[in-house]
Amino acid sequence: MSSATATAPAVNAAATTRPRESRAALYASLGLLALLLVAWQILPTALAVPKYIIPTLSDCLVEFGRMWTSESLLANTASTALYTILGFAIGSALGAALGYLLGMSEFWEKVLSPYILALQIAPKVAFAPLFIMWFGYNAMPKLLVTVLIVFFPVLVNVLQAMRTVDRDLVNLARAYNLSRFQIFLKVEMPSTLPNLMAGLRIASTLAVIGVTVGELVGGNTGLGFLISYGGGQANAAMVFNAIILLTVIGFLLYSALVRAETRLLHYLPKAQF
Amino acid sequence: MALEFRGVTKQFTTNSGAVLTAIRDVTFKVNEGEFVSVVGPSGCGKSTLLSMTAGLYQPTTGEVLVSDQPVTGPNDHVGFMLQKDLLLPWRNIVKNIEFGLEARGAAPGPRRERAMAELKRCHLAGFENHYPYQLSGGMRQRAALARTLAIDPEIILLDEPFSALDAQTKLLLQDSFAATIAESGKTTLLITHDLSEAVLMSDRILVLSERPGTVLTEIKVELPHRAHPLKRRVMPEVGEYAGQIFRHLKLEEKAI
Ligand SMILES: Nc1ncnc2c1ncn2[C@@H]1O[C@H](COP(=O)(O)OP(=O)(O)O)[C@@H](O)[C@H]1O
Ligand SMILES: [Mg+2]
Repeated sequence: MSSATATAPAVNAAATTRPRESRAALYASLGLLALLLVAWQILPTALAVPKYIIPTLSDCLVEFGRMWTSESLLANTASTALYTILGFAIGSALGAALGYLLGMSEFWEKVLSPYILALQIAPKVAFAPLFIMWFGYNAMPKLLVTVLIVFFPVLVNVLQAMRTVDRDLVNLARAYNLSRFQIFLKVEMPSTLPNLMAGLRIASTLAVIGVTVGELVGGNTGLGFLISYGGGQANAAMVFNAIILLTVIGFLLYSALVRAETRLLHYLPKAQF
Repeated sequence: MALEFRGVTKQFTTNSGAVLTAIRDVTFKVNEGEFVSVVGPSGCGKSTLLSMTAGLYQPTTGEVLVSDQPVTGPNDHVGFMLQKDLLLPWRNIVKNIEFGLEARGAAPGPRRERAMAELKRCHLAGFENHYPYQLSGGMRQRAALARTLAIDPEIILLDEPFSALDAQTKLLLQDSFAATIAESGKTTLLITHDLSEAVLMSDRILVLSERPGTVLTEIKVELPHRAHPLKRRVMPEVGEYAGQIFRHLKLEEKAI
């Protein structure tokens, strides 16, 4: 009991220094952002760079307004966000499921690992035209590209983690007469959770790429479509805006995962600097 | 008889395909309530004895009996703990202690009660909601002991449980383990390479040879205070016993 209360002040001390430092970092970040925005507004004009090469901040804002009213920007953004999340969810669910299945069967892992490696190396975005030939100009190709691109980092991370689960921990569970499924649920799953989350984080950034490529190659909706459309018209501001919105979508997905991760993995000791 | 090895030999096939005899023709008995230590050079098959007692794998020849029943697989009679505490980092301490009870279909209420009782017995009251990373190495080993005792095994197997601890923590933990085990009355097999630890904690010591491990000799420790290693520690006989084991292991000849 005495040590329990003794540790409390230490935790508090860490808690008070932490926010102060991170607040300073936050201010510095915001300051840098303001500086970049100002440079973006002033430099292209000052250096006489034409608008179709690098539009200024205000050019982009004006274009944003135009896109909002005449290019159904909201609908296009929503569509891209939807397929990013959908592709991410399906791809990572499949990747995790196969990762766990192969992780439990050494035989099948050996059988399938060369193919997995080959597919992992193959550039997934190159499949986009093929999918369009197969499925036509609809949402299917971009969804498939996204699923495919998301699938592998999750699969590989889970598989790797399943291989390195502490054998002694599994033996302890066996000695306690836990069934194979209970061992998976109570030991292997939670042991691999940090790696699964790391895989999901990587996958979330790739999901945006998958959808964008799908829309670039063969779409008539979404931010990727707006990029190729704007590019065809030499409307650099439109391309800039679409890229920024894609980044925002990726960033939001990534942040949501980081938040989920910190909640789920609260039991890992935090690195003290 | 709480635990009995009858002519047990264990061979492993190594990755290169060679056959490695870890222990050969090991025979010994451990009486109920007795505290027996196994000492021997590293790699002589001490942990192998433990794994076979726990039923994780079978002897190549011979028989292992727990409470006169041949061990054919993992069973409720044996609880073991290792040098690593093997606490699940994502569970708090009380849930870790409950871990071994979960395959038995006990209702959550009584299970929690049982875990809390062991937690108190192992001097961890107040830490039930802490996570393993918040505890010191010694406290984590006490939690591992509580988890081991919670399943109420007939035999406790301890595989070098103190060897990762600093010298002071080790002495205190040996004392605390000895008292807890004496109070519970459990039959205990302690594997160690620390000769004085074996003398301080045991009723009897089995000395194993180098690999393939065989029982070189048994030494009965005729000292009082088995439940209090710290009291034994100051007795002059401890050094004599340790010296005796030392000679059986022929350590002088190897110290070149
Ligand atoms: N599963 C296994 N496969 C192959 N060899 C093993 C296995 N387990 C143990 N051994 C070998 O058996 C010998 C005894 O191991 P162990 O019982 O761990 O020794 P100790 O605990 O006394 O240090 C060692 O040489 C070890 O390499
Ligand atoms: Mg060992």
